[in-house]
Amino acid sequence: MDVSQLIDLVSGELLNPDADLTRDIKGGCGADLMSDVLASIQPEAVLLTGLCNPQVIRTAQMSDVSAIVIVRGKNPPQETVNLAKEEKIALISSPFGMFELCGRLYQAGLASLEQPVTDGPSEME
Amino acid sequence: MSSEESRKNILVDDSVAENITRVEELAYELKIREVMERNVRTLDSELKMQSAADLFRQQRISGAPVTKNGELIGILSIEDVIRCLVANDMDAPVTRYMTSKVRTIMATDPVVEALKFFVNTGVGRLPVLDEKGNMEGIITKGDLTSGLLFALQRSIQEEELKTYRASHLFEDITSNRTSLILRYVIQPRDFTHGGTASSNIKRALLRMGASPQIARRCGIAAYEAEMNLIIHTTNGGNMRVEIEPHKIALDVFDYGPGIPDIESAMKPGYSTATDSIRELGFGAGMGLVNIARCVDSMKLESVVGKGTRLKMTILLESETVGEGYAGKKEVS
Repeated sequence: MDVSQLIDLVSGELLNPDADLTRDIKGGCGADLMSDVLASIQPEAVLLTGLCNPQVIRTAQMSDVSAIVIVRGKNPPQETVNLAKEEKIALISSPFGMFELCGRLYQAGLASLEQPVTDGPSEME
Repeated sequence: MSSEESRKNILVDDSVAENITRVEELAYELKIREVMERNVRTLDSELKMQSAADLFRQQRISGAPVTKNGELIGILSIEDVIRCLVANDMDAPVTRYMTSKVRTIMATDPVVEALKFFVNTGVGRLPVLDEKGNMEGIITKGDLTSGLLFALQRSIQEEELKTYRASHLFEDITSNRTSLILRYVIQPRDFTHGGTASSNIKRALLRMGASPQIARRCGIAAYEAEMNLIIHTTNGGNMRVEIEPHKIALDVFDYGPGIPDIESAMKPGYSTATDSIRELGFGAGMGLVNIARCVDSMKLESVVGKGTRLKMTILLESETVGEGYAGKKEVS
């Protein structure tokens, strides 16, 4: 699935029109906790989130996310849109909620790119 | 048709598609002035059609603007010459056969405007006007194509050259121990710019030829550490990245307030962050745990009232993707 197909599927609005719509989406990940995203997401995923601040874009960039879908039709602040433009990561606003979006994408054949992680005690040097 | 054959028939593969979008970008970035022909051959309004036809043939041009006292009054194309030939009227002045309603374009317009015009009208050339309305040049489909191709090649070469230079940095310099050090100052509570340093670190590593996996691990570790400085420190802190051919060392330090209980701080889910931090998607007590997963070794030291220092190392030889320090059970 590429980004333009994703936009159709989520009835989304692309907030940065110059983003690369040909990028491949290998699967999905949904979270509002950016540390969870950083811990578990695999490269080339679509990130579903209810969070609207610029940290979403930074997190996406760090974890090689292909596209971001903001849930429940929220409009992120301009600084978030600007950063998405700068980093050329597609930022999409969808009217659907998180549960509905996960369901739609999963049904369309998109796999989970949330890698299972153990939160066992870390060791120190 | 076999899949091999069908693949051959696909004219646009991924790498080509990438270039197409870059061309589209360039069509908006480039201005008409940068690709137009400045050396315009004009026809005087008194000129006879026979002379215009001779000029077209000798100069191998297919059209030219017509001027009267330096002012643009029309445009004569090869089709007009043919009409005139058919009518056997070659002694007529060019003004009789020229198109007098001339469409023009501004030198400051983006190239895409000319592209749209050519596609929609089928017209072959557009006189280019400067800010004062004087003719500055002329643009044809050929100028557009060569201008775009030239700009595309230049932009690809620039990026390749940057990456090439960076990735050969270590080969070109001889010393007992060569390293590149990047330093960043992080302001406290600067959530708008939070992650900029880590973003630059990741970009630098990719440019230096690091694998995407290494750049990703390093980026995530740096980002969590950077957010820690923004969220928790009194006066911000510093990040120092030392890149060597075989390892990357991240050193993140601040001058307070310090961590009272390091053991708890390393436990997943332990957090001292406020609700407002949590609303930003951070402060869930996963930062140090995430860092541990990304790096090959880490060391956290802190003195309350003095400051905290987090040192992390990522080795470049063993590219164990996603299996950082925490994933290696045999390491104690």
